[in-house]
Amino acid sequence: MNVLVYLVPMALLLGLTGLAAFMWSLSSGQYDDVDGAALRILDNDDIETSSEC
Amino acid sequence: MTETLDLSVFVKRAGGLAHMDLAVEGVGCAGCIRKIETGLKQLPGVVDARLNFTNRRLAVDWRPDELEASAVVDALERIGYHAHPFEPQRAESDEARTARKLLMALGVAGFAAMNIMLLSVSVWSGNVSDMTQETRDFFHWLSALIALPAAAYAGQPFFRSAWRALRTRALNMDVPISLGVLLALSMSLYETATHAPHAYFDSAVMLLFFLLCGRYLEHAMRQRTRAVAGNLAALKAEVAHRFDMSGEDLGGEVVMVPVAALKPGDRLLVRPGERVPADGTVISGSSDIDESLVTGETMPRKVTAGETIYTGSLNHSGALTMRVTAAGEGTLIDEVERLLEKASSARSRYLRLSDRAARLYAPLVHTTAALTLLGWLVAGASIHDSIITAIAVLIITCPCALALAIPTVQVVASGTLFRSGVILNAGDAIERLAEADIVIFDKTGTLTLPEPRVENAETFAPELLEHAARLALSSRHPLAQALAREARVRTPIAGAVEEPGQGVRAIIEGSEARLGSAAFCGVAEVADSQSDVSSIVFTHAGRRAVFAIRQRLRVDAVAVVRDLLASGLDVRILSGDRVSAVEPVAATLAVTDWQGGLKPADKIAAIEQLKACGKRVLMVGDGLNDAPALAAAHVSMSPISAAHIAQTQADAVFLGERLAPVLHAVTTARRARRLMQQNLWLAVVYNAIAVPVAIAGFVTPLIAAAAMSGSSILVTLNALRVRARSTRVDAP
Repeated sequence: MNVLVYLVPMALLLGLTGLAAFMWSLSSGQYDDVDGAALRILDNDDIETSSEC
Repeated sequence: MTETLDLSVFVKRAGGLAHMDLAVEGVGCAGCIRKIETGLKQLPGVVDARLNFTNRRLAVDWRPDELEASAVVDALERIGYHAHPFEPQRAESDEARTARKLLMALGVAGFAAMNIMLLSVSVWSGNVSDMTQETRDFFHWLSALIALPAAAYAGQPFFRSAWRALRTRALNMDVPISLGVLLALSMSLYETATHAPHAYFDSAVMLLFFLLCGRYLEHAMRQRTRAVAGNLAALKAEVAHRFDMSGEDLGGEVVMVPVAALKPGDRLLVRPGERVPADGTVISGSSDIDESLVTGETMPRKVTAGETIYTGSLNHSGALTMRVTAAGEGTLIDEVERLLEKASSARSRYLRLSDRAARLYAPLVHTTAALTLLGWLVAGASIHDSIITAIAVLIITCPCALALAIPTVQVVASGTLFRSGVILNAGDAIERLAEADIVIFDKTGTLTLPEPRVENAETFAPELLEHAARLALSSRHPLAQALAREARVRTPIAGAVEEPGQGVRAIIEGSEARLGSAAFCGVAEVADSQSDVSSIVFTHAGRRAVFAIRQRLRVDAVAVVRDLLASGLDVRILSGDRVSAVEPVAATLAVTDWQGGLKPADKIAAIEQLKACGKRVLMVGDGLNDAPALAAAHVSMSPISAAHIAQTQADAVFLGERLAPVLHAVTTARRARRLMQQNLWLAVVYNAIAVPVAIAGFVTPLIAAAAMSGSSILVTLNALRVRARSTRVDAP
């Protein structure tokens, strides 16, 4: 059972990493426009070379 | 006279860049985002343009020395979108910050609950198998390590609110919540230190997680409706024609400015067909103005120099020059504001259902816990065991279900209302709507459509009507604009000439057509059959048509009033319009109890009288004169076309040309209230079963966790039933 001594804190650390990632995404405004994000992904402006409008 | 739109009031400057927020109309797909953003970025000087699709708002940053603010709006217009600059409300940004904090707390509580549950399940299964005491203690200490900081962070919204309530010697639902969480944590800590088999860290953190879910959802819904309301306000915002300050008398240059930029003392030009943009006095010119949005009176009033005119009045015939004034002594605005102040202060602080429940619940729970402690001591149990059992009672009764029971129903109900075109301004509007037993309607603009319509359109040949309506498109006169709404083809007739104050003429199919006053069209004066009907004459190729134009009832008004009466509500009409104008409307709607010619103070008096008889009044009105009545009533609604001051007083605003949202709001609110009560009863039943078990001392952490999540899920599922059977009413 001694393995728990480092397995459990490791699991916690991984969880904390997830929490930190969530906090970061929140503070960088990634939830400000959830509907827009769903649509922007459809936009393929990254492969276009010149503007066409 | 050149006209440029001056938007400088909306532009914020920081770090050498100018910033402006705009509400954009007609954004509907992924293509729009790209079109708007790339279109704007092609403008010289634009640094960044980002469209928020969720709330249809655009933020633009540009270098002010290279670009004018109005160029941004013009560019959007060219791409094909109407955009309206606006000033984000302080309340809105505060709410966004609160929402973000709640979401962070939710994230922390969720993380903690998951990890502690992981450890707790091991302990629960270890307790019935072969877990050593060292391992269990290790798991408990780890749980404490997670739970204490998490609760200290995620519990703040509850602790703060409970503290605020206690300081004012009141009780709200957050008091038993905070007490339960704190006691559960401290007891668990003590038990952990004394190597006991049970700790309640999971219960405490899970409770916070569930409650934060409810709080966040409630907040998100409120934020969303507020954003929509803000956009609608921006879309409605009008421009005024202001004489440049440097110009003397009537010679000054006219600049278009947003109404938000007007200050007392400004001189404005109000052309025929425009709405008066601010309160003020007429300096020169004379005209008929339609004050139906202000007083409910449908007959135009003649104004000349020196008279006071109010925001929202429609200028019919002549151009006016006016000076913007602040509320002056003895004016209508002054009276309305005075009445408003009185009405709002008299409005007793409404006690929400959840707070009323908390007032009953908290003392009951705390007495039960105290009695449990005493009972076990008397029965001869040790002090330690008695305290543990008493705290277990507090934990199990901690009103998780109770605190979720009402917000979840509110969130689902306001979502349903939102989709059917009702925007709630107040959080407790649903509860108060459900309690209403009498509905008072204002007539003008509420029962009737805000804009006048042609009444006898179907009596004319379609082609004659079409010609007249298309000719009307060339005129700015309100009567012509009412006629123009009948046009199927929206292109004006080429070569139409408007004779100010008289009418329009054009050549249609080789012969002259005239539209306007009887004299202008060369026919005998037509006598209006009823005083609230205005007529406009059209002549073409020897044919003649007299269009009767009046404010028509909303199409579904009769049906809605009938349904309201059928659902047990009393319906009345209190109007500021003349008695002779109210009577036919009341007759059509089969409303027996009506009054006309009322002043704002009379409306309040009528409401106060009903309140004195114990009635709960739902006031529906739109005019400036209704604002005090809206504030005095138990609950109030306004159409979106209402005067600004009325809309800010109303608990809910409804969209569209139909009256159905009023009925829908009442029925949804009633159903929501029924479900809230059901949920409260569910919580009571849960407690009736769980509390004896806790008093008997059989509650283990496993039972506490199961009971708590079970009851929370039950009330949440029950709340979702508000949506069932709700009919969708088309919003514009």
